[in-house]
Amino acid sequence: MARYDSILDLVGDTPLLALHQLSPNPRVKIWGKLEGQNPGGSVKDRIASAMIDGAVADGRLKSGMTILEPSSGNTGIGLAMVARLRGYKLRVVLPDNVSIERRQILEIFGAEIVLSPGAEGSNGAIRLAEKLAVEDPSLVMLFQYGNDNNWRAHYATTGPEILRDCPEVDVFVAGLGTSGTLMGVGRYLKDNKPGVKVVAVEPPAGELVQGLRSLQDGFIPPIFDPDVLDRKFVVRPRESIEWTRRLLDDCGVFSGISAGAIAAGAAKMAATMDEGTIVIVIPDGGWKYLSSGAWTDDLDVVEERATRINYW
Amino acid sequence: MGMPTREAPLYAGKPLSSTEVAVPVEVRIPTVMRAATDGVATVPSEGNTVGEVLTDLLARFPGLDGSLLDADGSLHKFVNVYVNDDDVRYLDKLDTKVSAGDTLSILPAVAGG
Repeated sequence: MARYDSILDLVGDTPLLALHQLSPNPRVKIWGKLEGQNPGGSVKDRIASAMIDGAVADGRLKSGMTILEPSSGNTGIGLAMVARLRGYKLRVVLPDNVSIERRQILEIFGAEIVLSPGAEGSNGAIRLAEKLAVEDPSLVMLFQYGNDNNWRAHYATTGPEILRDCPEVDVFVAGLGTSGTLMGVGRYLKDNKPGVKVVAVEPPAGELVQGLRSLQDGFIPPIFDPDVLDRKFVVRPRESIEWTRRLLDDCGVFSGISAGAIAAGAAKMAATMDEGTIVIVIPDGGWKYLSSGAWTDDLDVVEERATRINYW
Repeated sequence: MGMPTREAPLYAGKPLSSTEVAVPVEVRIPTVMRAATDGVATVPSEGNTVGEVLTDLLARFPGLDGSLLDADGSLHKFVNVYVNDDDVRYLDKLDTKVSAGDTLSILPAVAGG
C-alpha cells in the first residue's frame, strides 16, 4: 500500500530501471537505481536518518542541539529534511561554488549555511567544519566521511534492494564521494553473492582544486577501504555531461551530472566484459543542476563552467 | 635525488630489457605539481610500465621527487595514477603495462561528496 505516516518512511526502496540502451555491448545489461526518487531528492537521504539515529543512540545528540556537517549539498539536504522533523538545528559547511539550487534547497529546509572557499573543494569544507567544531563543542558533527552509519545504511538498505530486484547482478558501479555507497553496497553484495565486482567512478577533483597547496592536503575518507573495490575510473566533466544528456535522450532519465559520470564508467566497464549485468546508482535528479545549462548550452561552454562549479 | 635506490622495487623484477623498447606516452600533471614542470600540464615520457614511466618522469623533472613515490618505491598514498582514466591501483599498480599513445594522468586524492 502506498500510504505513509511520515515523509521519512518514503526513503529507500527506489526503482531499478533498464538502461540497456547505454551499453556498448548488447550482451551486457545495465540497470539504474533511481535514487532521485527519495523524498529529499538524492541517495543521501538514506544516510541522513542513519547518522542522526546513530548520534542519538550513542548519546551525542539531544533534542534542540545543532548538527554540523561539511557537505557539497545532497547530504546537507537529507540532513536538513530529517533534522527539521526531529527538532534539531543544522549548520552545513558548503563550498561556495556549488550549484545555486543546492543552496536554495538547504535554505528552504531551514539549514544555516556557512560558506567555505570553493577553490579548496570539499577538503576546504571539511577543514572549516573541523575548526568550527573545535571552537564550539556544543555542535555535533556527524562527519559522513568517517561515520560508519554512512556505509552501514547502504549495507542495510541499498544493497539488499539491489540483490532482491536484480539477483543476476555481476557488477556494481557508483560514484566515490565519501565512498559510503560503494563500501556499504559493495560489502553487502560480496557477502551475499561472491564474485560481484565493485567499480568506483570519480571526477578529476584533484585536478580542479586550485587551492590544494601540497599533496599533504590530500584526503582519503576514513571509511574508505580500497579492498572493497575492484576497479576505479576517473570521468572528466565533458564526458559526464555527454552521458547526462544520453541518460535523458536515450532513456528519458533526467539525472544529476554525477549520474552521467557513473553511466560513462559503466559503459567503460561493459566494454571490458563478455556478458553480464551491471547495476549503477543514479544519485539524484537533474533539478538541482538546471542552472548549469548541462542540457541546453553549448558543450564547450558547459564543460568550461564545470571546471569552476562543483556539480558532484 | 635518490633514484638509484628506487630502481629495484620500481621495476619489480621486470628490468627494461633490450627486447622491450620504451614506448612514448603523455603524462597529465595536476595543478599542485606543475611547479616542477615549469607550469606545463601535459608532458612527454616513456616506458613499458607505469613504474618505468614514472621513473623516466622523475629523471626529466627532478622537482617531482617525493611527490609521486614513497621511500620504498610504492605510489604515494595521496596520489592516484590512471592509464587512460583507469586507476592503476586496481590494475597491476606500478607494473601496469602501457602502450604507445596512452595517456597517464596523475591526480591528488582529495575529498568528494
